[in-house]
Amino acid sequence: MFIENYDIIVVGAGHAGCEAALASARLGAKTALFTLTLDALANMPCNPSIGGTAKGHLVREIDALGGEMGKAADATFIQSRILNRGRGPAVHSLRVQADRTRYHEYMKKAVECCENLDLRQGEIIKILSENGKVTGVQTKIGSMFSARAVIICSGTYLKGKVFVGESSYESGPDAVCPANLLSDSLKELGISLRRFKTGTPARVHRRSINFDKLQKQDGDEDIVPFSFDNHSKLENKISCYIAYTNEKTHEIIKNNIKRSAMYGGQIEGIGPRYCPSIEDKIMRFSDKPRHQLFIEPMGLNTDEYYLQGMSTSLPEDVQIEFLRTIEGLENVEIMRNAYAIEYDCCDPTELLPTLEFKQIQGLFGAGQFNGTSGYEEAAAQGLIAGINAYRKISGKDGLILDRASSYIGTLIDDLVTKGCMDPYRMLTSRSEYRLLLRQDNADQRLTPIGYEVGLISKERYERLLEKVSQIKTEIKRLWNVNISPKEANEYLEKCGTEPLQTGAKLAQIIRRPQCSYEDTDFLDEKRPALSKDVREQVDLSIKYEGYIKIQLEQVEQMRKLERKALPGDLDYSNIRGLRLEAIEKLNKIKPLSVGQASRISGVNPADVSVLLVWLEQNRREINKNKNHP
Amino acid sequence: MSTICAISTPNAVGGISVIRISGVDAVKIAEKIFIPFSKKPVSQMSGHTCAYGKVVFDGRTIDDALLTVFLAPKSYTGENVAEISCHGGIFVTKEVLRACIASGAEPAEPGEFTKRAFLNGKLSLTQAEAVMDVISAGGKQALNSANLAHEGLLFKKIKNTADDLVNILAELAAWVDYPEEDLPAVKDESLTSSLKTAISQLNKILCDYDNGLIFREGIDTAIVGRANVGKSSLMNMLLGFDRSIVTDIAGTTRDVIEESARLGEIILKLSDTAGIRQTDDIVESMGVDLAMKKLKNARLIITVFDCSEELTSEDKKLLEEIKDKQCIIILNKSDLKQKIHAEDFSIYKKPVISLSAREQKGKENLENAIISLFKLDNLNSDTTVFTNERQKNCVEKAKNCLEIALNALSIGETLDAVTVTVSKACDFLLELTGEKATEAVVDQVFHNFCVGK
Repeated sequence: MFIENYDIIVVGAGHAGCEAALASARLGAKTALFTLTLDALANMPCNPSIGGTAKGHLVREIDALGGEMGKAADATFIQSRILNRGRGPAVHSLRVQADRTRYHEYMKKAVECCENLDLRQGEIIKILSENGKVTGVQTKIGSMFSARAVIICSGTYLKGKVFVGESSYESGPDAVCPANLLSDSLKELGISLRRFKTGTPARVHRRSINFDKLQKQDGDEDIVPFSFDNHSKLENKISCYIAYTNEKTHEIIKNNIKRSAMYGGQIEGIGPRYCPSIEDKIMRFSDKPRHQLFIEPMGLNTDEYYLQGMSTSLPEDVQIEFLRTIEGLENVEIMRNAYAIEYDCCDPTELLPTLEFKQIQGLFGAGQFNGTSGYEEAAAQGLIAGINAYRKISGKDGLILDRASSYIGTLIDDLVTKGCMDPYRMLTSRSEYRLLLRQDNADQRLTPIGYEVGLISKERYERLLEKVSQIKTEIKRLWNVNISPKEANEYLEKCGTEPLQTGAKLAQIIRRPQCSYEDTDFLDEKRPALSKDVREQVDLSIKYEGYIKIQLEQVEQMRKLERKALPGDLDYSNIRGLRLEAIEKLNKIKPLSVGQASRISGVNPADVSVLLVWLEQNRREINKNKNHP
Repeated sequence: MSTICAISTPNAVGGISVIRISGVDAVKIAEKIFIPFSKKPVSQMSGHTCAYGKVVFDGRTIDDALLTVFLAPKSYTGENVAEISCHGGIFVTKEVLRACIASGAEPAEPGEFTKRAFLNGKLSLTQAEAVMDVISAGGKQALNSANLAHEGLLFKKIKNTADDLVNILAELAAWVDYPEEDLPAVKDESLTSSLKTAISQLNKILCDYDNGLIFREGIDTAIVGRANVGKSSLMNMLLGFDRSIVTDIAGTTRDVIEESARLGEIILKLSDTAGIRQTDDIVESMGVDLAMKKLKNARLIITVFDCSEELTSEDKKLLEEIKDKQCIIILNKSDLKQKIHAEDFSIYKKPVISLSAREQKGKENLENAIISLFKLDNLNSDTTVFTNERQKNCVEKAKNCLEIALNALSIGETLDAVTVTVSKACDFLLELTGEKATEAVVDQVFHNFCVGK
């Protein structure tokens, strides 16, 4: 009956699906990755860019855990920059412009070369199940494949519908067919679906842009790779450009606002707040005289350019008209018009923190299907869903990264505990531990976990241990180097900081915001030769020691509650002393720990105390029964 | 687990009040504020032993007290426990509690001692449900009082400051999360001034809190003076009935007589004391000692002089004693021929009121003097009152975080470090209004700024 038997089947080969399939296959599970078309694997239907604030952190974390996205971006980028330089290391973010076609090719090859992994074209229309447990999938042409776990990564394809002005039609992004049939099967399994919306700007022809009138933006000279494993020399290949809208642009948009699909009321889906369309920006912030847009190449072997900041659902004629008011785009030719797209996605509070659905065993969700937005958010979830699907079928405990470990953990905890009312984008401000969760230390935070999980090689893990030990030794040494006022004061005054009155340790000097490890070389005869990575970590660890200590104390507090596990099948209405609101919320979310319970809105500190007492009562009763069977 | 503290006797005037501290640092915290007369360090006390001594905070003696130490696991909660038994006044008891909090203890949640006792195996399984009831009842009560506070001025003030902080954080967040948008850079100077404003708002709230306490719980007031100047007559006049025995014989009042009196909006917790003088009478001399102690501990001292007589050396000695206290000077017996006048006291810089206790004249003058001394004129009794010490503690912690942030900014730390401390401050305030900083900030970013692709 089944054409082929698999351990794990991944539905959808976007950024979530590719990571999920690679992780599960690399861990040893026999895996199939299904996609509507092999030609749209790991496509970037919106901005051909990887990283950015908080997203760059996610990519480094994916890499530290043994995922592919960082390597793919390093291999195919055409411009790289660190954003937020000068705003503090916690918020430094790496962002690259990628070659869209090459990125697709790189990822397709990675999937094709992966052992245990079959890449198959086909539309999945049905999730097969027995007794509340996933058993396989069925394709549109009636073929069936068995599986012990299935991961849904349907992106914006699930009942995808495109809107341009007054016109709308069923479609996935970039004119790929939508997946119209799977939704009903998911609903039959008891999964609630809702409609979200996103949008993309127009792509325009290079020859129609007057680059002389635009502000040029180049990449960094000294390029930092995404992958901690990458030590090769990297180079920028292109420049990006900046342009601005003006009053004329705004006037055209305002005059035609009724023709926008969003303002005309055709779209029922909820759009992302963080990524408003140009008509949204102009209507909501009417006092702003101009809006910025970035003009970015889609790749090396194409003349298509992407207009970042100009997403819209206005009709094509209006798009052309308002774009041509922009200096530098007076003669612009649209190659692909901007559009809004609406799609089905799940309510992530129906998921466990392992990304498995509570109501059906072996069914996982990842990516935009879970209510997020962005390639990086998708890939991060795909990786975790892939790992956890493998752990599920192997009888292992799920991997749950807590909020203090990573942005990935924060993202998933937010989704499954609080849910999302609009497409969720990662932001640095979403993390309460952001001084700990820097992009520069993602390897120290997560590579040991990646090694334990089985996605990081022993060699790479040992390299990390060596790096960590070098950092520790060097910091310890710097706390033992004595510096006299005479040696240091000229330098300190030059930096504009207080001179020394008495002797000090070198670490105390490095700790000053105006000083650095690199600059104090001259004070330090016995300084060993260390790699740039190690030097950077030494500098940051010393500088932020005080803040890091405070954050670590908060983490310890949080983790105590995180370790108090709650049974997943608990009926909270049987617990005496909980308030009604708390009972309702707890029964909906079914948190896995008291820590998770405490973050649910509507659960107050008294409820948390009641849960702790209940746990203790329960533990003692179990012990009592053990002793007196 | 943190070390917690609370007043564990009913919150009313009683003979003795007990402040209980529980947790790893209980003994350490007790040691910071309790000085045993025996000089044996508190940290060396063994479990289930007591010491007699005094509670001292900020160099000021709050009260004489008894400290009992219980060491883990042999205590009610199963943790280290220190219990301070002090004299029952609400003001003194709260002062001791505050000293504990200032020394590192956290105010206990409703039912927390019982919860800990249960979690540490000190209560039997059958008591578990009772424990949950205690916690849930306490939680409901706290919620009710918090809801009540929502209507109040205090809530509005805290909410205002919290909103300001959310705006600062949203500005920082937008700037950091959207570096490519042409948003105005966050300037150090404007950030500094915003932080300073927030700190001063919180200071104002904390200051009002102390005044709110005065309204709710009254001012601990001692009436002192040398013998036979009319202290007891004044007490009786303020009470409106004869409580103290009044005679012409010096040394009539020998004990401390305590009673509450209402003076307009203000409640005075009055203590009439023995006239201060050298005496050979053993009972009277004990009364004088008590009077001196009262003089040291009371929040307000009403010092009475007989204006029909010249100042004696005892009067002058008394004036020395009170020079650093909140004090009002009463020139009693204004119905007689005056030999001393207000100008004679100008060097002491204390308000001086002339009145006649016998003829019951001058009560309003005293009330006005107290109002201006405690700066109570802008308050009325139902505003700006914290429901409990826990709320006050949140405001205090928020203020401390902002001060750290301000300092970090001034020494040139990067904004990521400044931001986390501001956001911690915001969390403390929002704990009182029931929101979470992270969500509030993210909402605000999208509300205030035009950002995105």
